[in-house]
Amino acid sequence: MTTALAVRDFVAAFVLLNAVIAVVTYVTLLERKFAARMQSRIGPYRVGPHGLLQPIADALKLMMKEDVVPATSDRWVFNLAPLVFLIPCVLIFATIPFAPGLGLADLNIGVLFFLAVSALEIVGLFMAGWGSNNKYALLSAMRAVNQIISYDLPFIFAALIPVVLGGTLRLGGIVEAQRGLWFVAYPLLGQLGFLAYLVAMIAAENRVPFDILEAESELVAGFRVEYSGMKFALIQLAEYAHVIGTSYLGALLFLGGWLGPGPAWLGLIWLSLKALAVFLLVTWVRWSFVRIRVDQILGISWKLLLPATLSLLLVAAAVVAYSGGARGA
Amino acid sequence: MSGYVGVAIFAGLILAFGVVSLGAAALLRPFRPNAAKLGNYECGTEPIGSAWVQFPVGFYLVALMFIVFDTLAVFLIPWALVLRSLGPGGFWAMALFVGIIGLGWAYAYREGILEWK
Repeated sequence: MTTALAVRDFVAAFVLLNAVIAVVTYVTLLERKFAARMQSRIGPYRVGPHGLLQPIADALKLMMKEDVVPATSDRWVFNLAPLVFLIPCVLIFATIPFAPGLGLADLNIGVLFFLAVSALEIVGLFMAGWGSNNKYALLSAMRAVNQIISYDLPFIFAALIPVVLGGTLRLGGIVEAQRGLWFVAYPLLGQLGFLAYLVAMIAAENRVPFDILEAESELVAGFRVEYSGMKFALIQLAEYAHVIGTSYLGALLFLGGWLGPGPAWLGLIWLSLKALAVFLLVTWVRWSFVRIRVDQILGISWKLLLPATLSLLLVAAAVVAYSGGARGA
Repeated sequence: MSGYVGVAIFAGLILAFGVVSLGAAALLRPFRPNAAKLGNYECGTEPIGSAWVQFPVGFYLVALMFIVFDTLAVFLIPWALVLRSLGPGGFWAMALFVGIIGLGWAYAYREGILEWK
């Protein structure tokens, strides 16, 4: 019996891993196309019809590239960093339910698991920056640590608003609690909470306008400046996986997850469309705004987002405590 | 606990994917190192000294603030789960706790720790 369960888990994990890698690979193409359209370009077009084979060509190219390890780097740290970075970034998908009962493990601590594992990415990132023994990389890594400890808090508090309203950490339960009204539609609280979640998410993903650790005009590419070949590919893959995973979490927490019109089997499509919408919103921001300074980034987090998300959380808690539930249930 | 077996298997598979793809790349790629290629990249100039230097203390103050609020989050998560059964009493207890930490936050704000110089 346990063997059968383990086999089922293995198959589920294998399918999920392949799905994540496939989706992430093609999301890079989507982002490039999207960015190109925003800048009146066409984007990748040569490899396959409309550039559809571009991600595969990129993967093959990166695989064939020489792997340069700087002579002065800390070899072990440098070489292990991409793996340490990859694992938490993809592992966040483990607890995401894609439809009722469809997912690897809808843990009863789902949100906590997601937040904890997602914050672990900083270990790999700092290893990459430190191990390179490169000034750009180290500056980038220090900025990354500073940013994650500033933005993880608003991220946690914003993600806790749906938890308070739904009364559970299980992601499936949070979606079911939104059956009457998606949390984003909850008057004022939902919209402000979702906005705070988006800002904290963009900062936690280190994307424009919070990408001071990448800052191609000053730090070249930041912590990954010394990486080449497959190690670079793994870092890129992990980073995109993290963005997609956080988009899925946003769709589950605020946008009603798999809830939508039509039969139940459409749930996976609804959830993916919502996650895609969140991702495209983040991408839209990325290609529209300019990078802001370090002190501004810290100021936004500590002076505005942190007290704002904590207050929103307390307001949500007051609603729940006095009405006995988000929907008076 | 069965859910965690799947999570552990998933973590193992991710590691396996990383190792296998790095291994496959190691078999396919060229390896032609030279001194200039193995130097640290600093836009073409020779790097002066090591990058492993000391950093200003400002980082630690922000980190201290982080630990305080992260501990708050640890208390908030179980509280959020049982809030419905606790009722208004539970809400006011946590509101008081957050208020005390908020005083600390206001003090840090006034002392200028939240400014980045």
